[in-house]
Amino acid sequence: MAQVELVGIRKAFGPVVAVEDANITFEEGSFTTLLGPSGCGKTTLLRMIAGLESPTTGDILVGGRRVNDIPIHKRNLGLVFQNYALFPHKTIGENIAFGLKYRGVPKEDARKKVTEALNIVRLPGVEERFPTQLSGGQQQRIALARAIVIEPDVLLLDEPLSALDANLREEMRVELKAIQNRIGVTSIFVTHDQSEALAMSDRIVVMSAGRVEQIGTPELVYNRPASEFVTTFLGNANILSGTVKALNDGIAELEVPALGSLYAMLEASERQQVKSGAPVKLSIKAEKLALEDQRTAEEHDTVLTAQVRDVDYQGQVARYFLQAGNQALQAINQIDERPHTVGADVSVRIRARDCVILPA
Amino acid sequence: MGWNLIRLYAVAVYIFMFAPVAVVLLLAFNSSQFGGFPIEGFSLQWFEKLYENEAIVRAFKTSFVLGIGTAILATTIGILASLALVRYRFPGKAWITTFLISPVLVPETVLAVGLLLFLRWLSMPRSFALLLIGHTIIALPFVVLVVQARLVGIRKDYEEAALSLGANPLQTFFQITLPLLMPAVFAGALFAFTISFDNITATIFWRPAGSETVPTQIFGMLRNSVSPEINALGFVMIVITVGVPLMAGGLARYFTRKKR
Ligand SMILES: Nc1ncnc2c1ncn2[C@@H]1O[C@H](COP(=O)(O)OP(=O)(O)OP(=O)(O)O)[C@@H](O)[C@H]1O
Ligand SMILES: [Mg+2]
Repeated sequence: MAQVELVGIRKAFGPVVAVEDANITFEEGSFTTLLGPSGCGKTTLLRMIAGLESPTTGDILVGGRRVNDIPIHKRNLGLVFQNYALFPHKTIGENIAFGLKYRGVPKEDARKKVTEALNIVRLPGVEERFPTQLSGGQQQRIALARAIVIEPDVLLLDEPLSALDANLREEMRVELKAIQNRIGVTSIFVTHDQSEALAMSDRIVVMSAGRVEQIGTPELVYNRPASEFVTTFLGNANILSGTVKALNDGIAELEVPALGSLYAMLEASERQQVKSGAPVKLSIKAEKLALEDQRTAEEHDTVLTAQVRDVDYQGQVARYFLQAGNQALQAINQIDERPHTVGADVSVRIRARDCVILPA
Repeated sequence: MGWNLIRLYAVAVYIFMFAPVAVVLLLAFNSSQFGGFPIEGFSLQWFEKLYENEAIVRAFKTSFVLGIGTAILATTIGILASLALVRYRFPGKAWITTFLISPVLVPETVLAVGLLLFLRWLSMPRSFALLLIGHTIIALPFVVLVVQARLVGIRKDYEEAALSLGANPLQTFFQITLPLLMPAVFAGALFAFTISFDNITATIFWRPAGSETVPTQIFGMLRNSVSPEINALGFVMIVITVGVPLMAGGLARYFTRKKR
């Protein structure tokens, strides 16, 4: 187990810049997710940590030691791929024992460790089978067993669940997290699936176009997004433009053209950045807009009237497309009996603490 | 009606292709003194004669050694070249690919004369080694094409997984890449063997004085007369060039099934 540190990492493939100025610390024993849309450089970042690509500039430190020039086979990392990458010509037992062979583990000990690893991934007794004789989910468990049996300093997982079907994916993600908790290995997990990231991570690194947009706990990146990209990528967000009218005691009063006055509560760390009179962007997650007073009033609430233009019925909840003046809004609310109908006028309550001023 | 015509046409093409082969196969067992029709009776005497003919036996030995040598050399070089071409990026890659494949495109006579001139320039005599090198050059493109095609299909993930588990690049090659590549290596080696075993044009140019391979031996014998022995020799050649790949394919299938 070790801490991983990236210092000023940049990677260019010819003219294509895949990763730009990444500075990230992965705490010892933590589970960190690299989250971002396709092509944002997640895999490239992971491959650099693994030693499969070398950074154009910057340093990679594992356990405080610079590993830039250490080849992959000497880095002691566990690697799990999207397509499992189990050796098709070797049995499950041989697959899992593969890494032990190069660590000089005696045959008898290796066999014990293989059994143990298979127990951890809850697939005992499949040593003699070949990879093709297992289902996708089982193969991925074996791939995980093969990676953890060598007791790696860091476990690197590149979209390990995305080849599985939806039900299995949810099951596996709970299990994967449980295994990681149990063995406590520093894990770096790549995904473009926000719900996976939110459910599994101690910390999330949100990336976009090669850049790190925000690093923080799932709650932080979801509720206090640091950029317009982060807030639109995680969940459904309303982005509003406005001007800061007044600031007092951690509450900013904003003037939003179509809606009038709106309040935003600032966290202590955010207070410095907001200046009176400055134009700002505001993020409000769709599920924070409460329709028809389903919520008790708080100080600095804003209540608007809007018209329902469209309803996206999703069973437990409905997603409403609203029009308030010339401002379009989205709201996601629990359905109480029946959803609001198209054309209805509804009241919309917005709390100050749900309004996030995005850093300029 | 249209389909019947096409069927007839197809049958005619097959007859045209295989009739000469069938003739050789049949006449090999003809007891007649003349290497032609009519068939007078069944006999294995020409095979016996073949076996007693020292020159022919020597030619077979030469052909086998040459074929096996070519197979080993061409597959070894072919695997290494394919690995470089598929797994690594380096300047001039496209040129090297073309260069490796070019022996297929260049007329064999030109290739043969070229290599001879080169040898003359080095003032070296013709030798078995030259023949081996020459055959390797001719067989190499086929091996490279077969192995490359397979290598492209082997995802890099396997090798990367092996590396991440602590195997060094050489161990990764022998533990992962080569076993996965084996069917292509096997096919390539067979290709190389049969190409070498069959080759006559270039061999005539390259063979050292007094040394014969089976095809050049047959060619030499034909200049005198069409003896029935040649039919028997043809039979043996057909059996080898058709039988070896068939047998190998069968074996390969047998082993893969046994493994599952
Ligand atoms: N070997 C390479 N050569 C050239 N460009 C590359 C190479 N690998 C990645 N890139 C480019 O770098 C960028 C980032 O790629 P990367 O694979 O890291 O994305 P990703 O975030 O993992 O995407 P996905 O979710 O689709 O896997 C892309 O624009 C990609 O085209
Ligand atoms: Mg990727």
